Amino acid sequence: MDFERIKEKLNILADAAKYDVSCSSSGSKRSNKNKGLGDSSGMGICHTYTEDGRCVSLLKILLTNHCIFDCAYCVTRKSNDIKRAAFKVQEVVDLTINFYRRNYIEGLFLSSGIFKNADYTMERLIAVAKKLREEENFNGYIHLKSIPGASDELMREAGLYADRLSVNIEIPTEKGLKLLAPDKDRKDFIKPMEKVKNEIIQYKSEKKLLKKVPLYAPAGQSTQMIVGATGETDAEIMYTSAHFYKNFNLKRVYYSGYIPISYDHRLPSIGTDVPLLRENRLYQTDWLMRFYGFDVRELLNREHPNLDSDIDPKLSWALRNLDQFPVDINRADMRMLLRIPGLGVKSVHKIMNARKFRKLNWENLKAIGVSLNRAKYFLICDSKNYETKDRTSAQLKSLILQQSSSKFSKLHSSQLNLFDNINALPV
Amino acid sequence: MKTIIKYDGSFEGLLTTIFHIYEQKLKLVSIENKKISTENFFDKSEIVVTDSKKANRVWKGLSKKISASAKRKIYKTYLSELPYMENTILEYVRLAMVAEKNIEKDFSNTYVLEIEKIVKKIDREKHRMDAFVRFRLTRDGIYFATIEPDFNVLPLNADHFKKRYADQKWIIYDVKRNYGVYYDLEKIEMVEMDLSNDVNLKSSENLYFSFEEFQFQELWGNYFKSTNIASRKNMKLHIKHVPKRYWKYLSEKNC
Repeated sequence: MDFERIKEKLNILADAAKYDVSCSSSGSKRSNKNKGLGDSSGMGICHTYTEDGRCVSLLKILLTNHCIFDCAYCVTRKSNDIKRAAFKVQEVVDLTINFYRRNYIEGLFLSSGIFKNADYTMERLIAVAKKLREEENFNGYIHLKSIPGASDELMREAGLYADRLSVNIEIPTEKGLKLLAPDKDRKDFIKPMEKVKNEIIQYKSEKKLLKKVPLYAPAGQSTQMIVGATGETDAEIMYTSAHFYKNFNLKRVYYSGYIPISYDHRLPSIGTDVPLLRENRLYQTDWLMRFYGFDVRELLNREHPNLDSDIDPKLSWALRNLDQFPVDINRADMRMLLRIPGLGVKSVHKIMNARKFRKLNWENLKAIGVSLNRAKYFLICDSKNYETKDRTSAQLKSLILQQSSSKFSKLHSSQLNLFDNINALPV
Repeated sequence: MKTIIKYDGSFEGLLTTIFHIYEQKLKLVSIENKKISTENFFDKSEIVVTDSKKANRVWKGLSKKISASAKRKIYKTYLSELPYMENTILEYVRLAMVAEKNIEKDFSNTYVLEIEKIVKKIDREKHRMDAFVRFRLTRDGIYFATIEPDFNVLPLNADHFKKRYADQKWIIYDVKRNYGVYYDLEKIEMVEMDLSNDVNLKSSENLYFSFEEFQFQELWGNYFKSTNIASRKNMKLHIKHVPKRYWKYLSEKNC
């Protein structure tokens, strides 16, 4: 192994792959067999975190950053003047195995620029996965990119070796895609996703009848959307997301705040802040849809096409629906408990269990870990002291904001800016 | 006046102590590890001798009252080594034994919540060790890692690593508690070693570790830097996820 050359390739191809935010290594069912290497049947593990606070779970690299496409939002676009490199199949295998043996990673996340054509690229990705599984008896996690436009046969094969497959939508709306990636067609993204979905359905039904069915993409599919590149509303993004969850049984949709990488006039210019707060609110909305029983239309609609920046989407929903509160913590069903601002899934689970033993009061809730500074306005419990005042949404909002501090407060506080300016004045 | 009962610090010893408290019908007691407890002139103290039969009776008896996972929570609480954890366990056992129905989900009870809280800490630390162990390949072909966990979680990690690294020899050594786990391709055993002080020093590393080891550490360190997005830098979040006390064992933070 030519160490110096590998090091250079790794730097180029890891740097190019880092804009893919997916890092999940959970949800697979692949366990160690025949005393081989690796096991991915447990929960995901983040082995370290980069200085931007993102988890490092997989060796995330491109096979190559040569690409025939020229998508404006992408660093590896054809017209971009950057260093190009390509790994050999065996080099990726060696890196993965040696990193895994040292407990650096849970497995491999392999993506690629598109060279020659979709099938040719997909074949190379599959070759890496196949070699890892069949020659190295590797049972760690493998996440492969589905290359837009890849054939059904190849997608079938990919799922036999990969734990997860993903194809990134990147641009939430078709008009945005037309603008930034005119040579790309939405249909090409959908095709491999559709095939994988159907294969997973087939795997599940065969599994019920037959004992030995080879695993097919046990950790399912995911996708990613870039946020803030093309001026979509939050509603447009989340409706697209809901569509993909529903129609393609996706495990995850990732939201990636656009990081300016180009002077292209169609895009936010270099130096523009990454929309971190917006990204955070979109994830909160995603969680509300997946774990809290919310329908996307309750959170975003014609009257509210964008999420509030100063409060989270659940509180925002509650303030628009005060008629549904207060909720009696000792009687309400799980659906309503999950809708109380300040209550998470774990607290709700604890409350449902604990109230079988006795009626719960404020102390109990606090001990369980409910964040009462928000929740107290929206619930009643076994206590005579509760918020009796009839307040409007606006009053409640300002009360709650006064009592809490957001990690994003810098981003929406004009006060702070004022002080900064004062300090900057020559005295 | 309360009775102080001292035990040898082992889990069996703790269960024997609980047996003893029930047998003697002691009410006001405090259990202390004799290795760390100090003399107290006001209270009466006794020493309990560990007896695996008695310990077993308590452990089996608990199965009639609580689930296997709740029993595992008791064991994890013991591994926390926190002061007073023995007494929390005693109260939890007492609660379980007198109750008509299973108490483990009574999340408004002080002791149930206390156990939950400790278990959460243990699970987090166990998970951290699953993540932060960094094996280095020694010259004699063993993947070797040293750790220094906040709690004594290594017994909980062993199984995870055995499943995962079935085809390589490895040792994970807790330098704080001076014992390790060794997997020889067949089974796991506890080992105590006289670790040389310089095993974790950069200057003497090549005495112990293979040449390719340093290449892979360098590749890993490079990867760690390349995969970072500078315009999203957030050190507060970084440190929250990777607290500084673990850095010295993470090769990517030392290159």
